[in-house]
This record gives sequence, structure tokens and C-alpha cells, in this order.
Amino acid sequence: MVKPMLNVALPKGRLGEKVYAMFEKAGFSCPSIKENNRKLIFENEEAGVRYFWVKPSDVAIYVERGAADIGVAGKDILLEYKPDVYELLDLDIGKCRMAVAAKRNFRYDMSRTLRVATKFKNIASSYYLSKGMNIDIIHLNGSIEIAPILDLSDVIVDIVETGTTLKENELQVIEEIVPISARFIANKTSYKFKSESIEKIASELSAQTEARK
Amino acid sequence: MQSSELFLSFNEKVVYALRSLYSSRGYSQYKMSKFEEYDLYARNKDFLISDSVITFTDTSGKLMALKPDVTLSIIKNTKDNPETIQRVFYNENVYRISMGSHTYKEIMQAGLECFGDIDCYSICEVITLAAESLRIISDSCVLDISHLGLLENILESFCVPNFARADILKLIGEKNTHELAKLCASLGMESEDIEILKLLISTSGTPTEVLPKLANVLAGKTDISPIKQLQTVFDSIDDALKPLLHIDFSVVNDIKYYNGIVFKGFIEGIPTSVLSGGQYDKLMKKMNRRSGAIGFAAYLDMLDRFNLPPNEYDVDVLLIYSKDTDLSALNAYANTLLENGETVFVCKAIPENIKYRKCVNFDEEVTDGETNA
Repeated sequence: MVKPMLNVALPKGRLGEKVYAMFEKAGFSCPSIKENNRKLIFENEEAGVRYFWVKPSDVAIYVERGAADIGVAGKDILLEYKPDVYELLDLDIGKCRMAVAAKRNFRYDMSRTLRVATKFKNIASSYYLSKGMNIDIIHLNGSIEIAPILDLSDVIVDIVETGTTLKENELQVIEEIVPISARFIANKTSYKFKSESIEKIASELSAQTEARK
Repeated sequence: MQSSELFLSFNEKVVYALRSLYSSRGYSQYKMSKFEEYDLYARNKDFLISDSVITFTDTSGKLMALKPDVTLSIIKNTKDNPETIQRVFYNENVYRISMGSHTYKEIMQAGLECFGDIDCYSICEVITLAAESLRIISDSCVLDISHLGLLENILESFCVPNFARADILKLIGEKNTHELAKLCASLGMESEDIEILKLLISTSGTPTEVLPKLANVLAGKTDISPIKQLQTVFDSIDDALKPLLHIDFSVVNDIKYYNGIVFKGFIEGIPTSVLSGGQYDKLMKKMNRRSGAIGFAAYLDMLDRFNLPPNEYDVDVLLIYSKDTDLSALNAYANTLLENGETVFVCKAIPENIKYRKCVNFDEEVTDGETNA
């Protein structure tokens, strides 16, 4: 019987390369992935695995809709889009935090609606809803840091890794919302029908994550 | 002549088979209007899968909704009779926001509800019908079964505060052991109890494998009567269906409405669950009913892209005629083709984007052929 292929969505970029190294170490290698070309799909029939590089924010969509059986996505994406998937592991890599940042002299003015610039409108809305604050969301797709400088917003809600970009733009973190890291996710149907391979990968990745701690 | 069944779509064939299945067990069809008073949904918003409802004002100024759900309307319109059993099935469209696109979609649902004195037999019958419904769609299917009563007992016995229960259930639903452990630890729960919750998430499999293991771990820790109920139901189910049943506690319907056995059905090749249901006595109580209730819905829109027949041609024969063609001869020829089981598209000029197996120019080929013959 032909072994069913396990489709894996990897986030393009440095995080994806780290994740692939973990899969490779777990026994699911695919040497062609390291060839220098523009291909996006790589297959190792013998190992029963097919990898594809996708935009990091799209990994969850590929997995939720079953184009990928498993994948690795940032917790920020899972919180923002709430895909209906299993979140099986915290890989403890790609660590950063979702935070509120503002100009150095900023303080909340409760008499006015707070203007919040962000790429993550759902995370920002639920955070301020939990604080009982009325906000005006300004959805931006990039260069969020300039919004308070140009008085487009009072604060920003964004991912902060080292804080260098904030510092260089004279902003600072005023509140941390949630820590972020890469998560191993699985499509719910695939988990039922390819459980053996998915559980094997999950257990190998979990062992590697524990060993790093 | 081709059988008319050949022209039914896969969805239509499934609907017919489901109707016949439910009728065979004495379920009677429940027909309803597309509209319902919005107030019914406003009072039970959490029961709905999506809280967005299409509303409009009717001629008397009443705020109405295009039905996002069928169960609430059936409960509302069914007589409360806790001593007996009432069985109904439906095949209706509901209107909800679709996954991912954030736009409204018309979704075809088929399902059933059983009201009244819900005992182990009724539960066993509904689980059987759910499993058989899945098997009608595909042999490669799984019915995941969980028990919210057991989860509630565990949360109660482990003294989980009420405010944290929804978060814990959400994490159980995601099989998210890492965040569950963090949350439980932050609530000051015993590490042994946390390990039991983690085990509950990660243990899934056939009832024969899972139930004795869980009974063993939970004995003395909480009331395990729900495990016994699951075992009784499983033992009563037909052997042929048993391989389809899977215990998986990540099935967590809303605990405010559901109380006992809950389940979700999956088909290989369809990315999300195609069937969902369970026992919802709490919803009945909330709607001032004394009866118990159990039911499920199958989401037939999920089958749209499943088991598509090979669609090589739009039509078998493209039959071309001209203004000089003898129309009665043309019609007779088209009828002959139809009688031979071929599909026919009769036209003067070849339309764009049509795929045909054979093109016949009536004036040149048929008339000439007949003449020549």
C-alpha cells in the first residue's frame, strides 16, 4: 500500500529554516529543499513527507483548510485568526512578545477614545475590551512604529522581538499582552486519519524542544 | 434510457439516503419557514456557531432573522412531553458567516432531534444514526465522542474556578497541553490533577482502549458514571459501526447548553468536521422545557468539493442544425440519441466554452447518411 504523504506548511524565512532543521532531525528529511532554486514544494516520497514554503501568516489557513496536514505558525497568527486547528506543541523558538508601545511620555487619557494602530486588530480589540476601554483601531500592514510619531495613533500593538526598532523610533513598550512563539499545529481531520505520523513528529519535536530547555 | 439517479449530484444522493435512513427509525420530517423572530437567537446567542445573523424588519415591524440554526426553532415549536419520545429530522438551509471569508453563506444541513425521556437507548440510537450518516458519505470516516458530564465532574472535583472553565475547555478543544498546563498552574492546581487533564487531552482512540484506562486513572478522583454511560452506549452499538467510534475529549461543545455525550464526525478528505451533535438538556431547561434532548446536524455544504464525478464533457452530442433543417426529422433524431442514453445539446452555432464528446452536423451527416442509406 502506498504510504499517504504528510503535507507540511512551513513559514518562509529564518523561522521556517529552523523548523525544517527540527523536522530533519526528527527523521523527516527532504534534501531537495536545500537546493538553491525558486521551487516552493519539495517531496521525499520515501519519508512520506511533502514540504511547502508559504507566507508565515498563511500557514494556519493552509492547515485549517486541509491543504497542509500540519504546519508551524506563530502564536500571534493563531490568536489573530483563531483557526479551527489543533495546537499540539509550543516549539519554544521564534520567541517574541505581543506588546503595546507608545511614545516615551505617553499616558492613557481616559476622557478620549484611544487610537490604536496595529496589524493585529482582533488581538488589540480583545485586549482593550478586557480592560473596558473604548478604542479606535487603525489597521496598518507595516511600518506600524511611525503611526504614533506622525500622530496617526496614540499607541501601537505589535510584535516586539528585541525592541531595537522601537528604541530607534523613540517608542517604548508600555504593556505586554502575550508572549509569542512558534506552535506546531495540525488539521483536525488529518489528525484522525494520519494520526500515527503526526503523533510521531509531535513526539520527536517535543523531545527536541525539551532537550533545548 | 439513463437512470435519473445518474444526474443527481453527490449532495442530492446523500440527502435522499439520509432521509431514508432517518425515516426508517421513525423520525418524521420537520419542515419550517426560512424566517424566525430574531429574539429567539438574541436570547441564545452562544448556542449559535456564529453570532452574526441576517436580520430584516417584517411588514408588522417585527425584527426577523434568516435562520442561522434549526434546533432552536424545532424546540420552540415542539410540544414539551418529557414522558415520551419525539423524533424529528430536517433538511433545511441555514444562513451563517462562512469560515474564513467573513461573508454570509447559505448552508444546507440535514439532521435530527430526539426529545423527551432520553435514556441510554435513545443515545445509542442517535450515535448509531450519526455513524451511519457518515458512512453514507464515505467509508473512511470517524465519529469522535466525548462526554461533557465527565469534563464537568473533573473540573468540579479539581476545584477549577468558574471564570477559568471556558478557557480550559477551549484549550482542551485545541489539544493544547502546553498552555493548559501553564493556565492550571497559574490557578494553583495540584500537579497531579494537571497531569490528569493533560492525559485526558492526549488520550484518544477506540472506546475499548480508552475507557478502561480513563476509568482507572479517574477512579477515586471524580464521579466516573459518565465513563460507565459511554461504555454502556458503546456496548449496545452494532459491531459493524464500532470501528468508526473514537473517544476524543477535544470535542467540547458549549457547556452552557450541552451536558452529556457530544460528538463530531470527520470524513477523510474534508478538512473540517461534517457532523456535530450531542445531548443538550441544559438548552431545553433554558427554554423552559422539562424534556431532555439529543440530536445532530450534518453540514452538507462541506461535501461540495468531495467525491466529484469526473466531468469530462458538458454534453455527449452537440447537434448542429441550420435554418433549412427539417425540424421534425431533427427532433426525431435528438429523441433517438436520448433514448440511447446520450445527452444532447441542439443548436445552430457552437456555443463558447462547451465541452462535447461528439459534434454532429445534422444537415451534412444525418440527412446525407439517411439519403445515402
